[in-house]
Amino acid sequence: MNIEQRSKIQKEFQEKMDYDELLNCMRCGFCLPSCPTYLETSDEVHSPRGRIALMKAVVDGDIEPDEDVKKSLDMCLGCRACEPVCPSGVNYGHLLEQARDIIYQNEKLSISTRFIRRTTLKGLFPYQNRMITMTSLLGFYQKSGLRSLTRKSGIMNLLPEHLAYMEKVLPDVPSKSEMKNRPRHFEPVGQKKKRVAFFSGCLMDTLFLKTNGATTKLLQYAGCEIVIPENQACCGALQGHSGEKNQAKEMAKRNIQAFEDANVDYIITNAGGCGSFLVDYHFLLKDDPAWTDRAKQLSEKIKDITRILVELDFHKKPLHIIGQIITYQDSCHLRNGQKTYTEPRLLLESINGSHFVEMKDADRCCGSAGIYNIIQSDMSMKILDYKMKHTTATGATTVVTTNPGCLLQMKLGIEKEGLSKKMKAVHIVDLLLEAYETALTKEELTDINEQSKISV
Amino acid sequence: MLPELIKRRLIKLVGAENFKDSNVSKLAYSYDATPQFQAMPDAIISPRNKKEVSQILKLCNQEKIPVVPRGSGTNLSAGTTPLKGGIVLLFNHFNKILEIDEENLTVTTQPGVNTLELMKAVEAKGLFYPPDPSSMKISQIGGNINENSGGLRGLKYGVTRDYVLGLEVVLPNGDIIRTGGKLAKDVAGYDLTRLFVGSEGTLGIITEATLKLVPMPETKKTILALYQDMDAAARTVSKIIANKIIPTTLEFLDQPTLKVVEDFSQIGLPTNVKAVLLIEQDGERASVENDIEKISFICKENHAVEVKVAQSEKEADELRTARRSALSALARLKPTTILEDATVPRSEIAKMVKVINEIAKEYDLEICTFGHAGDGNLHPTCLTDVRNKEEIERVEKAFEKIFEKAVALGGTITGEHGVGAMKAPYLYLKLGEEGISAMSAIKKAFDPNNIMNPGKIFAKSKRKRVVVNQTP
Ligand SMILES: Cc1cc2nc3c(=O)[nH]c(=O)nc-3n(C[C@H](O)[C@H](O)[C@H](O)COP(=O)(O)OP(=O)(O)OC[C@H]3O[C@@H](n4cnc5c(N)ncnc54)[C@H](O)[C@@H]3O)c2cc1C
Ligand code: SF4
Ligand code: SF4
Repeated sequence: MNIEQRSKIQKEFQEKMDYDELLNCMRCGFCLPSCPTYLETSDEVHSPRGRIALMKAVVDGDIEPDEDVKKSLDMCLGCRACEPVCPSGVNYGHLLEQARDIIYQNEKLSISTRFIRRTTLKGLFPYQNRMITMTSLLGFYQKSGLRSLTRKSGIMNLLPEHLAYMEKVLPDVPSKSEMKNRPRHFEPVGQKKKRVAFFSGCLMDTLFLKTNGATTKLLQYAGCEIVIPENQACCGALQGHSGEKNQAKEMAKRNIQAFEDANVDYIITNAGGCGSFLVDYHFLLKDDPAWTDRAKQLSEKIKDITRILVELDFHKKPLHIIGQIITYQDSCHLRNGQKTYTEPRLLLESINGSHFVEMKDADRCCGSAGIYNIIQSDMSMKILDYKMKHTTATGATTVVTTNPGCLLQMKLGIEKEGLSKKMKAVHIVDLLLEAYETALTKEELTDINEQSKISV
Repeated sequence: MLPELIKRRLIKLVGAENFKDSNVSKLAYSYDATPQFQAMPDAIISPRNKKEVSQILKLCNQEKIPVVPRGSGTNLSAGTTPLKGGIVLLFNHFNKILEIDEENLTVTTQPGVNTLELMKAVEAKGLFYPPDPSSMKISQIGGNINENSGGLRGLKYGVTRDYVLGLEVVLPNGDIIRTGGKLAKDVAGYDLTRLFVGSEGTLGIITEATLKLVPMPETKKTILALYQDMDAAARTVSKIIANKIIPTTLEFLDQPTLKVVEDFSQIGLPTNVKAVLLIEQDGERASVENDIEKISFICKENHAVEVKVAQSEKEADELRTARRSALSALARLKPTTILEDATVPRSEIAKMVKVINEIAKEYDLEICTFGHAGDGNLHPTCLTDVRNKEEIERVEKAFEKIFEKAVALGGTITGEHGVGAMKAPYLYLKLGEEGISAMSAIKKAFDPNNIMNPGKIFAKSKRKRVVVNQTP
């Protein structure tokens, strides 16, 4: 960063940062023991208290916003584990978002980073059809024999270790027509209890289409009529968290419009990260008075899949899977952003024939954090190592997650530890669907499915 | 700034990865939990062993470079603010519990061990380390020893001082000494162990400590007594003790504190009463039952509107945790929270609470009060805003009055947070000039060049302490 940039950033810090919120931090340090990057480094610079102090110091003019300030903020996972433990109620997530936005906006990126940013955040994620094309390319690679060729060629060995694993853990891609022609309206099984919209997500509706399918099925079984508004956009979290705020705002507006039109009781999400970003739209749009209220109304309707399932007593239905030891990895955003952590556990504990074991520090981030595991791979892998230690200690055969990023990260952890023969990672809805369908007899299942025209 | 040569020598000593002097590092170690105090150090160093500590001190002593030892920086007296620059010394490499001796009932530990971790480790062996400052989840044993911290269990079990049996200390000249040991009895010369406890990093660096353990109490019971009248609550405290019952814990919270604590913890604390007492007793089952019954009776006799007994350990733990978050929860209300630490003999609690309220009114300030009522240690906490200079002046005056009153009632200016830089201007109130010179003679004997945590305990001038804001 040159002098000009630094003084511009400083000025914007003074204009845009929420100073009251910065003062709210009384430096008690209660947040230190829950911050993964502090625990890894024992360095105040990489603690929430330290980061807040740095932001305040930049505003106060005590230090310049130099590379080291940026490094400290970059090292933050954004997991928000520091928020629920803060007795002063400091809204750290918002402070981080504001600060990052200012820094990234003023940053001279290297050509390659700019290229990656532009192609992915601006040119890819916002457009579902492009996501589909991109994902099918991956599918082509997986199916055409290119994959085994690449693997044999040893080219993967040239990549950083964890990226090579990443290639292995990506799920098999659905066909292009499956992605393009996904159904958009579903009838409930039995009596209709709620009408809901499903926020299908960008990555979830391509790479994880199967999991989205399981989600709608569960909702049907639970008695929901479901619509999937066609003009919804990706939630904007990746853009919002990487300093592409304007792009995120555009997407937020599109979503608000799309879901208002759907006229539903709830909007269901099945990805912790997306869910909590949607819940926070009013903060994103706080300078846009025409939209803040509409955003508030949207956020009141957002509900994680596990919450509605519990609300509709799904955990009291017969659920059965034999002989698994199940453990649960909290999605940071689901837990710290949406305060949802009892429901997934209740659902998992209700599965008969298996055994639920809580892992130590289940609420500690797995190190995935959006694209953190690619950009901050060293720290990410350290955090993952810690996570895997406690996952393994439970003796689990199944690690359950509630967010696609965490799911991939846990798969990566399993692969990295060489545990893929003993342990698998799944999204909670896939497991619940399996549990429910296992508990039914064949006849019951066909019966139900015919009734509700669920394609099996 | 450190001279280049010194910097190089320090790096050579501890390795480049354990030496930091970037602007961000200096800023991140320029403050602790004390509001309004901030000053930049010149470098931050993490020595790997006591030999390195000794060499660092020797060098700093020669070159007259200030050394500020720092645990987790949770102290509330600006004890780790590097007012005179110099190096901040960290203990992240001193994080091992060395031995739990079940025969002698002691634990030997390095200073960087987290307080709660230490407690858990000894509890796993059925033993008990009682000092439990509300910051125990964060604080380090070294910090506790140097502040002589107390906690919710202080009434019955005493404070950190009562558990320190022996120390290994590196003196400013680099000498390494050992004081005390595992002995229950030891009268060989001056009691240096006690001298170092509560010395706030001004005499030397503690590199190892042997602490006393006690058997785990068989059982514990918790009650919450609600009052519509603060006086009645305060009176109850004196009455319980006068009845020769010493509860483990006897905590006091006033209504504004209750409200914010409930707002944070959401455990269903009553917010429609004027004050509550949180009382705990532990020990053998029968005697605990007996005491709790008597205490409940005394509470009611002294006009408690309700006495609730926690039904489960979970409920009791929620109450304790809520109490521990009181200070930080108060910080929700206003931008700046100034917490004080006035302490009086417990028979004077009622009087002191009243005085605090009167002073708050007189100076038109919002002061909430909570604290360890059982040992007379109150935390009048002023909710204010540093940006309001005029109000801060009034805060200043009000606290001065509170201290004067506390001392007049036979109390002291700090019960557990230490003198640091924050309370230094008031030390004369408690000690008198003669007391202060006796203490400075000791300081000079150990640290003639005044390199150890300078600017703490001993003030340049009396009074006026607020707004030291020494940012670079
Ligand atoms: C929310 C909150 C609640 C609190 N509750 C309590 C309470 O209930 N009771 C209580 O007594 N205090 C309490 N405190 C104050 C504080 O937590 C204690 O004083 C604690 O012991 C400080 O520990 P630390 O590790 O943070 O030490 P620091 O704050 O880092 O340091 C404290 C002092 O010890 C010195 N020091 C640290 N390590 C060494 C060493 N190895 N050798 C020499 N000197 C050293 C430092 O120079 C400094 O003077 C509270 C603070 C907060 C923020
Ligand atoms: S817990 Fe909250 S108030 Fe305390 S230091 Fe952390 S952010 Fe600041
Ligand atoms: S968001 Fe997570 S990583 Fe960032 S400061 Fe908070 S706890 Fe630490």
